Amino acid sequence: MSQEKIKITTGIDSLRSEIRDKSVRIIDVRREEDYKQSHIPTAVNLPLANLLSDDSPERVLKLVNAMGIDDQTPVVVYDDTFGALASRVAWTLEYLGHSDVSLLETTFSKWKSLGLENDNKTPEIQHKEHSIHLKPEILATSDYLDTSKDKPNVLLIDNRERLNYLEQHIPGAISLPYRTLATPDKILRPKEDMTRLLGNRGISGNSEIITYCGSVGTLSGLAYYALKSVGLPNVKLYVRSFKEWKNLEKPIAKQQDANYWDLSAE
Amino acid sequence: MTVSDLKQSYPDSPNPKINWARIEEAEAFANTVKLFRQGKYDEDSFRRYRLQHGAYGTRMTNDYAMVRIKLPAGEVYPHQLEKISQLSEQFSIGSAHFSTRENIQLHWVILEDVSEILRGLAEVGLTSREACGNSVRNVMCSPLSGVCPNEEFDSTPHALATARFFLRNPMSQSLPRKFKFNFTCCEKHGMVRMVDVGLIPQTRDLDGTTQKGFKIFLGGGLGNKSFVGYQLEDFTPEEDLLHTSIAVVKIFDRLGDRKNLARNRMRYLVNDMGWEKFQNLVLKERAIVRATQSVITQLEVDHTPSVIKRPIRISDESGSSTPDGYARWLKTNTLKQKQSEYSSVFITLEAGDITSNQLSELASIIREFSSEGHARAGFVQNIALRYVHDDDLSRLYSKLLTVGLAKPGALTMAAPIGCSGTTSCNLALTNSHRLAKEIQRKFLELKLDQDDDLQDSSIKISGCPNSCGQHGIATIGFFGGGGRVGKEMYPNYQMSLGGRSDGETMLGATCHRIPAKRVIPVILKIIELFKQNKKPDDTLKDWIHRIVNGKEESEIKSVLDMRKVLDSLTIPPTKEEDPDFYTDYGSDSSYHTKTGKGECAA
Repeated sequence: MSQEKIKITTGIDSLRSEIRDKSVRIIDVRREEDYKQSHIPTAVNLPLANLLSDDSPERVLKLVNAMGIDDQTPVVVYDDTFGALASRVAWTLEYLGHSDVSLLETTFSKWKSLGLENDNKTPEIQHKEHSIHLKPEILATSDYLDTSKDKPNVLLIDNRERLNYLEQHIPGAISLPYRTLATPDKILRPKEDMTRLLGNRGISGNSEIITYCGSVGTLSGLAYYALKSVGLPNVKLYVRSFKEWKNLEKPIAKQQDANYWDLSAE
Repeated sequence: MTVSDLKQSYPDSPNPKINWARIEEAEAFANTVKLFRQGKYDEDSFRRYRLQHGAYGTRMTNDYAMVRIKLPAGEVYPHQLEKISQLSEQFSIGSAHFSTRENIQLHWVILEDVSEILRGLAEVGLTSREACGNSVRNVMCSPLSGVCPNEEFDSTPHALATARFFLRNPMSQSLPRKFKFNFTCCEKHGMVRMVDVGLIPQTRDLDGTTQKGFKIFLGGGLGNKSFVGYQLEDFTPEEDLLHTSIAVVKIFDRLGDRKNLARNRMRYLVNDMGWEKFQNLVLKERAIVRATQSVITQLEVDHTPSVIKRPIRISDESGSSTPDGYARWLKTNTLKQKQSEYSSVFITLEAGDITSNQLSELASIIREFSSEGHARAGFVQNIALRYVHDDDLSRLYSKLLTVGLAKPGALTMAAPIGCSGTTSCNLALTNSHRLAKEIQRKFLELKLDQDDDLQDSSIKISGCPNSCGQHGIATIGFFGGGGRVGKEMYPNYQMSLGGRSDGETMLGATCHRIPAKRVIPVILKIIELFKQNKKPDDTLKDWIHRIVNGKEESEIKSVLDMRKVLDSLTIPPTKEEDPDFYTDYGSDSSYHTKTGKGECAA
């Protein structure tokens, strides 16, 4: 059985040599003012909010072309939000049909705290032409959830914080808070660690797995890549997440008869 | 090389002397959970196993657990707090909870994730082993041991050695019921007469040399029925500490009630047998232990003194003025140590809760300010930083302000205890946890923490009669239940007055039933009555004591008088008049009692 080698994250060292070789397109998804102050050399800026204002494939295609990305361009995405915003952008590129996109293994703050190079130059970009080969198999919609979430082979994973999950969640979902996926230094745990953790939770094998979070698929985007990183083949992102589910007035489950919020020190 | 390898560690961070963990227990736990889920492990055996490893059940669900992390003698190091911070963020609710017995609890943990927590704890030498279940629970020691001006000597090494001796010892894996040791510094700081074995260090002069030893109290305890412990003998020499401990544990193991779960703590055995008979039995058993125990059975008391080294000041905010509130905080949160120029600083938490972010900030603060390089958990859901140089106190206060840990009132009546109540406990009837927070907020708003007359009083709240909130030893104590008007229920508390845990330990006298939403007005009313009737040098604690003991001469002479004065505050309004009365704190819906199975006895 042939399986293409999946590269989920790019290490600091390899990114630095790819920058030197000019063989990579780096996307910084932070806000424009943060990007302008400093960023990883040669990175282009695509604030997540800008992408989300219209993430139809046609618009995404224009953005990708303008960033000088064609089907063969290796892309590395980073943020300063534990990888969640970067994941959402990476997933969008993947959905468009781009096959070589990965996440920087750490955040920009960490990059800077290590004293690594950064500047405030905006690179000159040569426009490129990307194709569209949508990958619907990585997208879940509310309609799709309706028909599939209760199937025995489907696992629905809620990546919001535990208290939010206890308060309300999509019936049948299990809780895997996004914080669980990271280490203090890296946006994702090492593979062996992640495999054990997910294995304990019964997340393994050939299940179809759907992730969701609060509103736009960022936290669950990170979870999407966490699951991919241990080689789980069939993962989907419910990109409109719990916000849409609630607006559609679909059924909601809750942990009853306990005042867990009052245990929080916030 | 990984990114983390590049990170500099703080210079001179001291390491804990004892590694309490065994990493293999994490994997074994994960496997056992799998077997249990596959139905290959019966429910009772699994529960016993789970509790032995420090994972307690959670309210109304089998999917979650509470992990209770032991801090033997209360000691906790900065890197350990950082790890607990991470674990609470990853596997719990983003907050952790300091208990009354020097444990840190992580609530609402998915049962399948417990092993990951055990793994993380093992990385920093901590364990939750025998934090629940029928074993020797966390061995406590006063947060002031070693710095208390009143103490004879520091009992911390003995507490640590006792913890080390009993942890994983086959002798204490399957006792009739849980078993608790409390070491303290002095009579005043107390907590030794309401526990199975309580110990106060003392010395005596023997042929011109000073001999170390203990006053040992046996058979006390708080619970559905509480008892005050008895002193075993005038003086128990240090070398008899282990023999005595083993003798008591053995007697309890042999004679404790294994059938009647509601009456099987050692205090019932002592009560049923009568103190003199029990005392005799202990002394006899100790003689046998002393005669038969191998010479290699010894307490490994490590007397190496801790290194006290004032941390280097890395940065200096020159010209910074003392921030507002400093004087108030200094008064209500710090104590002078017996070591000149040093103070112990107590951090005010709300009912023991702290965010994961605050935990990691606290770790840096300990490194920056504590000359002993670690912290101690306190007796009242709080944490103490000791060996803070007096010159550093205002800088420490400023630092605590920036992370929301500078609230005043830690050492006053304005820091009530609230057990976890309906936030997570299966047995709870009311939200005692939130009530404690509400009382604290009100006290601080009214600046009652600054009132010297109230300073030595306490408020303690349990969500049911089982005393985890230690209501029995509070000046004003409460335990939760349900009240009823026709078909409607409302949250209600039984109030007791005059409990204390010092040299004159006694349990509070039952006074009145107070609806949850009237608890704060009632407390304020009692304070008002006290102010009207007090003698010039009285504290609230003194005044209530005279009332409880029938020695007060002003208008309120007895608990019954107090009850009458408070009557009007306890009358339920109709639901139409005041719907809020019929809801508990933290809930919008009508109150009803709902409980699951307790596990204390499992």
